[in-house]
Amino acid sequence: MLLEVRDLHVEFHTRDGVAKAVNGVNYSVAEGETLAVLGESGSGKSVTAQAIMGILDMPPGKIRGGEIFFRDRDLLKLKPEERRRIRGQEMAMIFQDALSSLNPVLSVGQQLGEMFVVHRGMSRGDAKVKAIELMDRVRIPAARQRVGDFPHQFSGGMRQRIMIAMAMALEPSLIIADEPTTALDVTVQAQVMDLLAELQRELNMGLILITHDLGVVADVADRIAVMYAGRIVETSPVHEIYKAPAHPYTKGLLRSIPRLDQKGQELYAVKGLPPNLLHIPPGCAFHPRCPMAQAVCRTDVPPLYTVDEERRSACHFWKETLDER
Amino acid sequence: MNAEDTGREGVAGGSTLLSEAREAGRERPYAEGDPILEVRGLVKHYPLTRGILFKKQIGAVKAVDGVDFDLAAGETLGIVGESGCGKSTVAKMLVHLEPPTGGVIRYRGEDVTKLSGRALRAVRRNIQMVFQDPYTSLNPRMTVGDIIGEPYEIHPEVAPKGSRRQKVQDLLDVVGLNPEYINRYPHQFSGGQRQRIGIARGLALNPEIIVADEPVSALDVSVQAQVVNLLDRLQAEFDLSFLFIAHDLSIVRHISDRVGVMYLGRIVEIGTDEEIYDHPTHPYTQALLSAVPVPDPTAREHRERIILHGDVPSPANIPSGCRFRTRCWKAQERCRLEVPLLAVPAVFRDSETPARHDSACHFAEEKQVVPHEGLRETPAEDEGPSSPSSSPFSSSSPSDEGPPPSPSPGRDDRSAEGPGLG
Ligand SMILES: Nc1ncnc2c1ncn2[C@@H]1O[C@H](COP(=O)(O)OP(=O)(O)OP(=O)(O)O)[C@@H](O)[C@H]1O
Ligand SMILES: Nc1ncnc2c1ncn2[C@@H]1O[C@H](COP(=O)(O)OP(=O)(O)OP(=O)(O)O)[C@@H](O)[C@H]1O
Ligand code: SF4
Ligand code: SF4
Ligand SMILES: [Mg+2]
Ligand SMILES: [Mg+2]
Repeated sequence: MLLEVRDLHVEFHTRDGVAKAVNGVNYSVAEGETLAVLGESGSGKSVTAQAIMGILDMPPGKIRGGEIFFRDRDLLKLKPEERRRIRGQEMAMIFQDALSSLNPVLSVGQQLGEMFVVHRGMSRGDAKVKAIELMDRVRIPAARQRVGDFPHQFSGGMRQRIMIAMAMALEPSLIIADEPTTALDVTVQAQVMDLLAELQRELNMGLILITHDLGVVADVADRIAVMYAGRIVETSPVHEIYKAPAHPYTKGLLRSIPRLDQKGQELYAVKGLPPNLLHIPPGCAFHPRCPMAQAVCRTDVPPLYTVDEERRSACHFWKETLDER
Repeated sequence: MNAEDTGREGVAGGSTLLSEAREAGRERPYAEGDPILEVRGLVKHYPLTRGILFKKQIGAVKAVDGVDFDLAAGETLGIVGESGCGKSTVAKMLVHLEPPTGGVIRYRGEDVTKLSGRALRAVRRNIQMVFQDPYTSLNPRMTVGDIIGEPYEIHPEVAPKGSRRQKVQDLLDVVGLNPEYINRYPHQFSGGQRQRIGIARGLALNPEIIVADEPVSALDVSVQAQVVNLLDRLQAEFDLSFLFIAHDLSIVRHISDRVGVMYLGRIVEIGTDEEIYDHPTHPYTQALLSAVPVPDPTAREHRERIILHGDVPSPANIPSGCRFRTRCWKAQERCRLEVPLLAVPAVFRDSETPARHDSACHFAEEKQVVPHEGLRETPAEDEGPSSPSSSPFSSSSPSDEGPPPSPSPGRDDRSAEGPGLG
């Protein structure tokens, strides 16, 4: 396994109290595999990713427990220099908002080249050649002429492709893309996702794709991890989960999206509100919104039950959920 | 309305209030069945100026550049299109937040761009807007009651002072919020609840038309469904006409009777939801639809993806002829020279198929792009990737050619326009 997150706990100490953002996350990614992490705003997707990358805000954040194995080494036990090296060369992250993650006062060429100067000890001249190569590779038209342009001179889609170029520069084995296309139009989103998938195949990288778009997931993911209130509530290969979800929350999400190919009647709506992380409900965190909740759900936290070899569900009634179509 | 009236009863009660108010607003005869709103040649150009002391106009951002559509009473018209195509600008002109540069907006047969004073106020009351962003469109220092009741300050005739509190509570009830929350502040509500507050405010003056600009785009999937259902219900029960703007094509299909597709300031194709989604004839609509990720992993293998190359040109420098031609894989000489009009294309004029609808393309043809439950097993052969017209894009991986057919659309425009049209 390339990456394996085990029972990760992260909390934030805020003025209002302790926000339990991540409460025992387990997931893994293999080489060449795309894992989609799905969940509503605030469910802990980004915080988990930040913990993996080692870029969590600490304080106010604090890792309360767990392990993050990357190529069989627990990242949480490594020295800061070692983590920095891994972060630069072996894993990289792509953010939703390229404009604020690129340096506005450095040209795109300088920023791309910097990677090779710092990590590969290249000369500036060689690094610039590499930068142009990379821009070509992510299909920036007229790369040679534009290598000296600044981030704001590119369109949103191009900036996102430049972010991808930066992430790919040192050919890492793991990429975490946090909502890489959420801010883009559908036609541009299609261009960017296409590029990402192609490069991933070429380099056989593991990809963690964080998103709340069930369409994007269906398009590119091999496996899915669904998060709710800082926990994984279901993991499954992509085909199975769309066919028959094993957790009521997943089921609700899938039923609540309108479809492009039909007009449809009233949408199914998951009732109620997302949980308050300062006061996560006892037992199953989803119970106040769950149509299948029973007394036991209010008291007993459901473990990640094994549905089959490849599927897990954190629901006491996963069997019933699977059966009730 | 008393305290026991909750939920759906509240809505029914509200609609009586509504029809009374509307009768009062109706001043001139208006034939039933006419479109309630007719938009013709609507234009908004923002001047581009240079110089500080002596401002000199050096061009214009053609945000909206000739938009036509009708909205029937009780109908929902969806408007889709990519960022910057002018959707919000159209919305703002309809609710008088921006004056048009040209064109007419007829409300019940009367051109409202010419109105002022009392007459204008009466019209404005009947066309209300719901905004996209539930986080910034509500004043954080005002209570929910003040926010929803604010329109009554401008239109006191709708609700005399004494009755306002009750009215606001009724509205909260209608949109599914607890009427006791009337004294709370926006930050005490979630995103979905704030969007409900925005909707309640839009309903306060009992309008006939609601212009909703991306009302659910900022919301999470599960909450989005709640709000979409609410809008659906309100429309039916209040007999509202809706202009629903969004970039999510699935939601637009769900909620709309008809759909208009915008590109660079114009509507390029318009028709019923079936005509647009199942029988699109404009290449841009086809590309847009084919790019939408479908929440069904089995569709992956069978789908033909049209990957458009290049970016949308700047609205300050619109290509000559067909404005989509710099990204269109079917573009030919004629597209550079001649502006295609929004009308039923000649090829479909005599046909009885759903392809017979307005589409601004010289070479309109049907292309099935939305994967269908039934079609998935047998992908369409007739229009398959073998057809020569589809070669510049490929189904799954884009070709490495990179730039669009005309690599610098903006720059060669003028030269193209001159000899061709002059
Ligand atoms: N620096 C921080 N200080 C305090 N709280 C934080 C901080 N970063 C994250 N949180 C909290 O942790 C929780 C999980 O946040 P996270 O960003 O992981 O959500 P997410 O699933 O990525 O949501 P989204 O879809 O909105 O990006 C949230 O409630 C958030 O407010
Ligand atoms: N006040 C203004 N001055 C100059 N240009 C403007 C102004 N308002 C809008 N524009 C431009 O007009 C064009 C259309 O903008 P508009 O906001 O209508 O697009 P939109 O379709 O609503 O996009 P989005 O989906 O991003 O909301 C854009 O290019 C925008 O930059
Ligand atoms: S454990 Fe109970 S409350 Fe939680 S998802 Fe399953 S049925 Fe619903
Ligand atoms: S008119 Fe020409 S360029 Fe425009 S959409 Fe039709 S084929 Fe394409
Ligand atoms: Mg996030
Ligand atoms: Mg807009």
